[in-house]
Amino acid sequence: MSLSILGARVIDPASGLDQVSDLHVSEGKIIAIGAAPAGFSPSQTLEAQGLVAAPGLVDLSASLREPGYSRKGSIASETRAAAAGGVTSLCCPPRTKPVLDTSAVAELILDRAREAGHCKVFPIGALSKGLEGEQLAELVALRDAGCVAFGNGLDSFHNTRTLCRALEYAATFDLTVIFHSQDRDLAQGGLAHEGPTASFLGLPGIPETAETVALARDLLLVEQSGVRAHFSQLTSARGVQLIEQAQARGLPVTADVALYQLILTDEALTGFSSLYHVQPPLRTHADREGLRAAVKSGVIQAIASHHQPHERDAKLAPFGATEPGISSVELFLPLALTLVEDGLLDLPTLLARLSTGPAAALRLPAGQLKVGAAADLVLFDPAVSTVAGERWLSKGENCPFLGHTLPGAVRYTLVDGHISHSS
Amino acid sequence: MTPIDAKRPLQLNDQGQLRHFLSLDGLPRELLTEILDTADSFLEVGARAVKKVPLLRGKTVCNVFFENSTRTRTTFELAAQRLSADVITLNVSTSSTSKGETLFDTLRNLEAMAADMFVVRHGDSGAAHFIAEHVCPEVAIINGGDGRHAHPTQGMLDMLTIRRHKGSFENLSVAIVGDILHSRVARSNMLALKTLGCPDIRVIAPKTLLPIGIEQYGVKVYTDLEQGLKDVDVVIMLRLQRERMQGGLLPSEGEFYRLFGLTTARLAGAKPDAIVMHPGPINRGVEIESAVADGAHSVILNQVTYGIAVRMAVLSMAMSGQTAQRQFEQENAQ
Amino acid sequence: MSLPNPADLISQMATDLNAYLARRTITEPRYIGIRTGGVWVAQALLEALGNDSPLGTLDVSFYRDDFSQNGLHPQVRPSELPFEIEGQHLVLVDDVLMSGRTIRAALNELFDYGRPASVTLVSLLDLDAAELPIRPNVVGATLSLAPNQRVKLSGPAPFQLEIQDLAL
Repeated sequence: MSLSILGARVIDPASGLDQVSDLHVSEGKIIAIGAAPAGFSPSQTLEAQGLVAAPGLVDLSASLREPGYSRKGSIASETRAAAAGGVTSLCCPPRTKPVLDTSAVAELILDRAREAGHCKVFPIGALSKGLEGEQLAELVALRDAGCVAFGNGLDSFHNTRTLCRALEYAATFDLTVIFHSQDRDLAQGGLAHEGPTASFLGLPGIPETAETVALARDLLLVEQSGVRAHFSQLTSARGVQLIEQAQARGLPVTADVALYQLILTDEALTGFSSLYHVQPPLRTHADREGLRAAVKSGVIQAIASHHQPHERDAKLAPFGATEPGISSVELFLPLALTLVEDGLLDLPTLLARLSTGPAAALRLPAGQLKVGAAADLVLFDPAVSTVAGERWLSKGENCPFLGHTLPGAVRYTLVDGHISHSS
Repeated sequence: MTPIDAKRPLQLNDQGQLRHFLSLDGLPRELLTEILDTADSFLEVGARAVKKVPLLRGKTVCNVFFENSTRTRTTFELAAQRLSADVITLNVSTSSTSKGETLFDTLRNLEAMAADMFVVRHGDSGAAHFIAEHVCPEVAIINGGDGRHAHPTQGMLDMLTIRRHKGSFENLSVAIVGDILHSRVARSNMLALKTLGCPDIRVIAPKTLLPIGIEQYGVKVYTDLEQGLKDVDVVIMLRLQRERMQGGLLPSEGEFYRLFGLTTARLAGAKPDAIVMHPGPINRGVEIESAVADGAHSVILNQVTYGIAVRMAVLSMAMSGQTAQRQFEQENAQ
Repeated sequence: MSLPNPADLISQMATDLNAYLARRTITEPRYIGIRTGGVWVAQALLEALGNDSPLGTLDVSFYRDDFSQNGLHPQVRPSELPFEIEGQHLVLVDDVLMSGRTIRAALNELFDYGRPASVTLVSLLDLDAAELPIRPNVVGATLSLAPNQRVKLSGPAPFQLEIQDLAL
């Protein structure tokens, strides 16, 4: 199967390319940008005047809920939703049932994802068995089964020495460890950022230091062990400073932020809507500004959806009794385009944070438009808007943005040259 | 981005009358004054031979308590009975909800029994909001205390107590002493005092028992009891839960009493006609000396009496506002 | 339609009331006015009678049968009865008797204070529009109004009656 995309504005952040051009695809790969190779006669052409063609988005964290949580989502449903959000590659975190700590689970996920065919899926393995923070998971076996990095989610190790050893072991094999730095004791029982809003609502707080204390410790352990490290889901401006200082002294650490953290603050909790219950929590306006500045400067090189679909019941209880998380991968591109609309980023920089940035952080074979690379790309119309939720593919309807009019609309998502989404 | 679900205050109907009573946040001074005035009238009913009026005859009020409470539950029952409502009280222990029946299902079942009003106490902050918004918006919901968030009827009965003893709020100094952090009573009192125009609201507690950002309530913070009590008209003591000794919030009951316990000697620094209040149940010798709790300045038992009248006022006002709203919506639908 | 001057009606009512009480051999009745207009009428009546006995006031808001339609009256005030009800002869005074529902509410409320020996109903005006079997024992004047008309008493000094046309 072959394809020509005609007249799109082609943006490739990795090479700096930004021009109206044709793009030609054959056997799943990009074979030319510009003029078609001599004798090329595509089986399909897409008239793409007015659209932007960009690398397919790379999402470093989207929970697919399979195996184990079929009421919340499935690999098929959530990768389909991701394709609608412009995503062609995504990483799924290890909190499945059973936990992604054996190659069997990794293989199952990869098989199902291939069957579904909507997105490329890169599993993140559990760093410890059962995510219990005590015994190392079989990291090398998991790597060989396809895991691209290892993390323990928000469940931290009980013993710092054990964590330290886990990092050294991972460093031995040049594996990447993903940190969600949050001090367990400081965060215990907390539901919201510890600040005036939580105090007013009577919600137990999670102080900013829950992040920064753990982050400072983790950065020092990374430095000592020499492990490749990625810091995920930063929430605070002070946390960003710690990352920036570490990068400045030459530590090769990367970081991502949840897209919703760049949009919402803890003030959204007024009224107790459980749609805004997320972990780690939404923080202050100043924190949000710090995160946005870091995305702009590149200290945070990746924006991730941190998609967490839930069944209706999981959110149908008083705030503290609900499960945390926002279902948002389906709106990934339009929501991210609000950052361009707000004037924070230009379009190529935004696309870099959504493709090359995350791909580089976890060394994924994705995120670039170049001849010879896989034809993973998104075509979107920047001039029209998307009404969030007009159609909805994710099993999780726990999305506070439903009903909002968002800038841009995804027209086509292509994975290996196949159209995985069109509208 | 503004949340799209921001809309008119949940607890008011289109005419600005109460239809639920969830929190004192956002209620105007006129409405709080109306509650106090109505409660004053009900107080007179409580002094009659027949302490009952027929306002809520034929209505069913359902007290659903997910947390134990004797005083609040009893006064709500009495209030509903004195309004001639039929009253059911359910103590839903947390164990029965952990059997799998959710709060949502429990209340939906009660709603199906044609309850007209729920009085709900629950350990989670925001539980009453959740019920009013997502479970039974057609039923008037009265918050009987939710987590650390709000206890609005206690707040209003404290205001009635202050008004009946001090006349008005304009020139008062009021001190709230003790565990502010975990106290829904303190939050409701601070909001009510501010709305009613009290110019000098003080909170007195060690830093471990003060919530972050308490300045947003327009209060002055004291960490020294004697300084904080100087020349105040009203002292509101809060109950100190035993479990606060764990987790490093306080070293011991003894040290708390030594620093923040209200004794006769310390009360001497307040105005000579100061009143002492407490939401109960009191811990003698932990936050308050027996001589003070039972002394001439104490109005703790009056609070209980006023509590019934305030709850009668709130129940009848919310029932009327909710009924009006439903009629209005039905007429609009036709 | 011309309305009577309330002050003129009061002296006739005082005479009629005295006659009525004498006929029923009631001595030392307790006087109760229904808030707000009934209290003014009762005060004027006591003055005309040269009687300085204490006047009870009744606010029937808590007893109204239109609560579920109209809600609680926002300015409800406590009833004040500075005497026993049990076993006493009562004179209940209102300003304008229309449907009779206010009197029904007032009687219910009075019985919650005790069991009176008798209740005598006095009204400044009777609009001849009773919806309940309630008639005054003593009345100043009887009027018939059009369906869209209401009568309103303002006072206490000077007393004035006026007719209001309701938009139908």
